[in-house]
Parts: sequence; structure tokens; C-alpha cells
Amino acid sequence: MPAGAGFVSIPFDVPPFRLSGAVYGTLMNHRSALAALGSAVHRPPYNAPPAAPVLYIKPRNTLALSGDPVGVPAGVAELEIGACVGLVLGRTACNVSEARALDHIAGYLIVADVSIPHEDYYRPSVRFKARDGYCPLGPKVTARDTANPDALLIRTFIDGELMQTASTADSLRSAARLLADVTEFMTLSAGDVLALGAAAPAPRVRAGQTVSIEIEPLGTLETPCVESLA
Amino acid sequence: MMRARVAYAGAIHDASPSGEALRLADGRVVAAEDVVWLPPFQAGTVIALGLNYADHAKELALNVQKEPLVFFKGPGTLLGHRGATRRPAAVKFMHYECELAAVIGRPAKQVPRSRAMQHVAGYCIANDYAIRDYLENWYRPNLRVKNRDGGTVLGPWLVDAADIEDPATLGLRTFVNDKLTQSGNTRDMIFDIPYLIEYLSSFMTLSPGDVILTGTPDGVVNVMPGDIVACEIDGLGRLVNRIAADEEFGR
Repeated sequence: MPAGAGFVSIPFDVPPFRLSGAVYGTLMNHRSALAALGSAVHRPPYNAPPAAPVLYIKPRNTLALSGDPVGVPAGVAELEIGACVGLVLGRTACNVSEARALDHIAGYLIVADVSIPHEDYYRPSVRFKARDGYCPLGPKVTARDTANPDALLIRTFIDGELMQTASTADSLRSAARLLADVTEFMTLSAGDVLALGAAAPAPRVRAGQTVSIEIEPLGTLETPCVESLA
Repeated sequence: MMRARVAYAGAIHDASPSGEALRLADGRVVAAEDVVWLPPFQAGTVIALGLNYADHAKELALNVQKEPLVFFKGPGTLLGHRGATRRPAAVKFMHYECELAAVIGRPAKQVPRSRAMQHVAGYCIANDYAIRDYLENWYRPNLRVKNRDGGTVLGPWLVDAADIEDPATLGLRTFVNDKLTQSGNTRDMIFDIPYLIEYLSSFMTLSPGDVILTGTPDGVVNVMPGDIVACEIDGLGRLVNRIAADEEFGR
């Protein structure tokens, strides 16, 4: 299925590992991401660091599979790759406690949150983050008990060269804490994906290059970057 | 044509108006009070607009946007007609927002304004609640404000686009406990529907079932548990919602 067709079918596509198509990302949850802004977080327009999780949605037109190309629009030099661990919900999670949160997870997958680089996080950056194919996912859903979501090493390569190493151990909110804080106000359902957040600075990629995100034992997500056709 | 989706006697049904009652697709005619109203279509991507009426932007003491302020909503926030929306006990300012929702009927990718309306299947009323206490200046308005469970009410009907002569001249009204609190007209949108379809489809493919909530005019007021909030739009009906307290949700 082509990128941006609106649906993701991944190899491990049986309940509870089937995706619903709802994908939520978390901004500024990796220590390095907030640190990269320095004292700017205390100045306008932000005035203070975020208190609640800063969430965003990658809508269905952005969903793509490993191997699907991502397009660089005309006039844009590079794309930013937010390499994340995605939690895949296995059952309905509403107002869950931190202690019980991970019971609601079916497993994990890799989420490449692709963006046109932008400096301002005051407004939702829809035009930069929600383009067709800008959320490759996969390559499969790895079952919950085979990994600790708070100790996963994320390595991002561009054309085979290691560009970034990050660990989910450096998250401001652990997977369980994030689930508890998010489901306090929004219920997550089986197949929903909640990405834990990317490290900064995010690797940048140009048309003609290929990004690989490797997370042991989740596998490798490969995304070739091409010039947009339109 | 006006269509609803309702749950009745163990199944989900398409329904249409039959006088004051509802006619289900299987032929049964049932009272509107005897069904559970669901959002009138199965929504894909829910796209919402902030500050899209000049008077509302002024009301919130914000500058008018040069570019549409767009954000998304997830499936968990959707609610049908006659549902209940929780107001947490600790908050100071929770308000409704009566909005015209335009439902996409044909895929739209890089569609110019001149052809944009061909991609609209129909319209419904949206009541897009916000809790201002939770506003933070990161991806504002953040999901804790605008994507809460039951915070996006759609319905009662999906009305075919062909039945709405001009979506740019529709009166919108909200009543809280039968008192008129909000009154506006879609002619006062800053970015109208054709503009929004052209803008959105310039960077994202819109698919059938995607819906654009086009923003709310001046006149939002605080609502409290027990309040009945009714949003009306000319030709689209009356969307009713009740504000519920924490206790009802075991909080």
C-alpha cells in the first residue's frame, strides 16, 4: 500500500496487535529535547516548561510502512526524523494508574515522526508534521514482555552512518507515567499508538538519502527520502 | 437528506427523520428518545480550527491569524447527540463551541478553491468543548484542553451538501438551559470552507469521512454540571449535550 493511503497493515496484524490508525506523539518528553531549548522555555511565547504531556496527532494520511518513501517538498532542504518508540495499546486504557499502566500495552513498534524542521512549538505544527507519509511505522509489533519500554536504545542511521543514539531511559515521563497522565483525560483504545518522544537534535535527511532506525528487539524501520512528486 | 447513526435494540442503525420520530434502515419507526445517538458518520481525521471568527479571537484577546490555526482530534473525543460530557470538579472555565462541521466525501489532494466544494459530502453541527484551565503554550491548544473524552459532540444529523444552499450564510446559536448565549453566522469565518480545503489539501490528502470543524464565533460561557447545552445551525438541527460531574464517571 502506498504511503499516505490512510491505512497501515503490519505483518503482525491480528488482535491485539492490529493498529487502529490513531497515532499520538509526545513532544519534549526526551530530556535532550527540552534541554535543547535552554532558557527559551521560560521566555515568551512559552513562559514555562510544559506541565502536562505535550501531545500531537499523526493523522491517517501520514501513516506509512517501512520501505515507503517520504517526500521532501519543493523549497525544503531537509526533513527532521524523530525516532521514537511507540506503545501499542492492547486494551482500553482510561484513567489508568502508573502501577497498572503497562498492563494495557500489547507491544511496541518503531515510529519515525517526520517533520519539516521548525523552531516554534507554540502552535500545533500541522503543516510541518501531517504531510502524507510523514509517519512510517513498523516493522512489526513486538510483544510487551519481550522488552522494557524504559530501557530501549534507539539508533538512527542515514545512508548507513550512525547519526544519533538515544535511550528511552532518558525520558522525562516513563512509559507508565506517560500512559497514566495521558489517559487521565483521553481514553486510549486497542491498537492506538502513543509514541514516547524523540531526542534532540533530530537527525536531518535530504532527498536521495535513506534513514534507518534500529531498536533492539523491535527491529529496523527503513525510510527512503525522495523529492516530492507534486 | 438527513442521516443519523443510532444504537437501538442491540444494533447500530442508519436512521432518517420521520416526523418527530426516526425511521431506521430496517423499516422500524422509533421515538428519538428511545435510541442512543452516535456521531452521524464514522469520522476519519478530525481537523479543528482555532480562532476562525474575528469576534471570537477578539473575545479571547488574541491576534487574528495569518494562517489557519489547525489542530487534530482523536477518535476517543467524539460523542453523539444527547450524550454527557464530564466537567472535572476543579476547573474554573469549561466552555462549549458551536461549529459548522464539513464532512469530506471525495479524496482531496491539492484541490484549488474553485473546486473545493465538490469534495464536501455534507455538514453537521459540532460542539467542540474546551477547558481553558489546562491551556499551556506548547502546541496550543493542547490536547488536554481540546481532545478530552466526550469533548467533541457531533450530530444529530449528517445533512447532504446538496441540501444546504450556502454554507457561508448559516446562523449558529447556542443555548445553555434554554437561554441564548452564543449567536453568530458562518459568513464571519476568517478562513471559509473552500479556503480550508485548498489549504489543508495542499499538504495532506483528505479522505472521505474526514471532517473539518470550522471554528466558533463570539459568545462562549462557562458551563456547569447539570447544564443542558444546545447548539443550533440553520438547516442542520439542534445538537443537545449535558454537562456531567465527576461522580457520574467514578472520579
